[in-house]
Amino acid sequence: MAPEIHPIVLLFASVFTSNILLANFLGMCSFISISKDMKSANGLGLAVTVVLTITSMLNWVLLKFVIIPLDLIYLRYIIFIIVIAATVQILEMVIDRVSPALYLSLGIFLPLITVNCAILGVALFMQIREYNFVQTVVFSFGSGIGWWLAIMALSAINKKIEKAPVPPALKGPGITLITIGFMAMAFIGFSGMLSVQ
Amino acid sequence: MMIIIAPGAVALIAAILAAAISIVDKVVNNYGEVELDINDGKKKIKLDGGESLLSSLAGQEIFVPSACGGRGTCGACKCQVTSDVGPYLPTETPFMTKENLADNIRLACQVKIKSDISIKIPDELFNIKKYDSIVKSIVDVTHDIKEVTFDLQGEEINFEAGKYVQLVVPPHGKIKGSTQRAYSMASKPGEKDIVRLLIRLVPGGIATTWVHTELKEGDRVELVGPFGDFFRTPTDTTMVCVAGGSGMAPFMSILFDMLDTGELDREVWYFFGARTVKDMFYLDELRELEKKMPNFHFVPALSEPEEGTPWDGATGLITDVLDKYLKEEIGTDKKREGYLCGSPGMINACNNVFTANKVSLDDIFYDKF
Repeated sequence: MAPEIHPIVLLFASVFTSNILLANFLGMCSFISISKDMKSANGLGLAVTVVLTITSMLNWVLLKFVIIPLDLIYLRYIIFIIVIAATVQILEMVIDRVSPALYLSLGIFLPLITVNCAILGVALFMQIREYNFVQTVVFSFGSGIGWWLAIMALSAINKKIEKAPVPPALKGPGITLITIGFMAMAFIGFSGMLSVQ
Repeated sequence: MMIIIAPGAVALIAAILAAAISIVDKVVNNYGEVELDINDGKKKIKLDGGESLLSSLAGQEIFVPSACGGRGTCGACKCQVTSDVGPYLPTETPFMTKENLADNIRLACQVKIKSDISIKIPDELFNIKKYDSIVKSIVDVTHDIKEVTFDLQGEEINFEAGKYVQLVVPPHGKIKGSTQRAYSMASKPGEKDIVRLLIRLVPGGIATTWVHTELKEGDRVELVGPFGDFFRTPTDTTMVCVAGGSGMAPFMSILFDMLDTGELDREVWYFFGARTVKDMFYLDELRELEKKMPNFHFVPALSEPEEGTPWDGATGLITDVLDKYLKEEIGTDKKREGYLCGSPGMINACNNVFTANKVSLDDIFYDKF
């Protein structure tokens, strides 16, 4: 049975209190590697949000009408991943045609969304928490926005850090990881307000 | 029953998604007919848009060099694009110099033809051909280098000693697509009906593994070429050549061509480095060449000579041997030119030795692989 969570609550929770990145630590690799440049971070955040929303909807349909009726739950990982990979490939072709500038700014990172664990994580949360279709759409869209928000925040902080007197040994990935730790702690502050489990 | 349903369901989902990708590809990547203008109207071609510039040119039998087969990793397929094809891709910029960027030089494998396009390529590329050859012989010259000779079946190849051809590796085993790899020709320009290559086995290498494990005498193989700008200058400068492993190939071609064309007055020093005796080859041929060419000096060197194995050549790293000879043996009274063929590491190390011995970088020519 789907839990009784209002979509607005779910949206707020997925963006802030249960942020897919800073509360669940999913999708960290691209989050760290792309956060140096705001333009790329913005593009990747948009792409992750679009892919997350589309793939979750497709995966929900498959879960409801194929996986559960045929008792194929143990195959959900492979099915979800196939859907994610195909969606990213289609999206890549469409973006290349519709917005070459965005395609260029995303570069190699667009196909890498395929292996972004936030995408698979959201699909699995949707299944484990037994969300209905509307909840799935809201949750996946909110998670995408939450991921986007987190990467933009880190990117903005990185801009400041560039000019900060960081000890030489901590420059680069060291100070980035410490920053992410502080960001995660800050987001934990939201967790008392709402929680979706 | 589940044994059938489970894989069937996954296969069906995958098939539907594959069909969706295929349909989107057909619709989205349909750029209609576009015109490719080469060298200010010298050749105008109508073709279907959506393909890379490299493969579109190859489809018209115009072969731009590409050692990596169009994967954007070798940077060899540079050509000037004079129309607007959008900004540089991140895969192109690492291969571009400031001058390249100013001249709008692009990697042909990374430029997708979406609308009418104008390009400029060297006229000599029009002379590059695809040869349908038959493997005439395969000889093991060391434990990991094969000398492969291809018969061009009546066709002739015209090239300058030092140039290379691309070997077209067909799909085999787990390698589904055709790919191409560049190899310097060891045959001399006078031998127009054959191409001889030295191919060292690279662990995990697609082309070299295929050559070493599957290629047989009598097999049909496509070659494309000749390419390259590594050849001797038409001067009487002292040539100081350095090679290791299969880097031997262009020097065999150059040296035997000098013998054939009677270019015997020019002083040539050839340093060939190997680890042990079992990595050394063509010693007899090069010693013979020393007898026929009075100004040719061959210096083979082993970096890790094994005890108990007889060796009467030099020992030590090839860079140390080169340094010693540049200081003590090779006269500085005449201008010297460096010719290098080997790994980037070896070439960089030799460049340092040359410059330390007052050989300008402008006078060093190399073929990195």
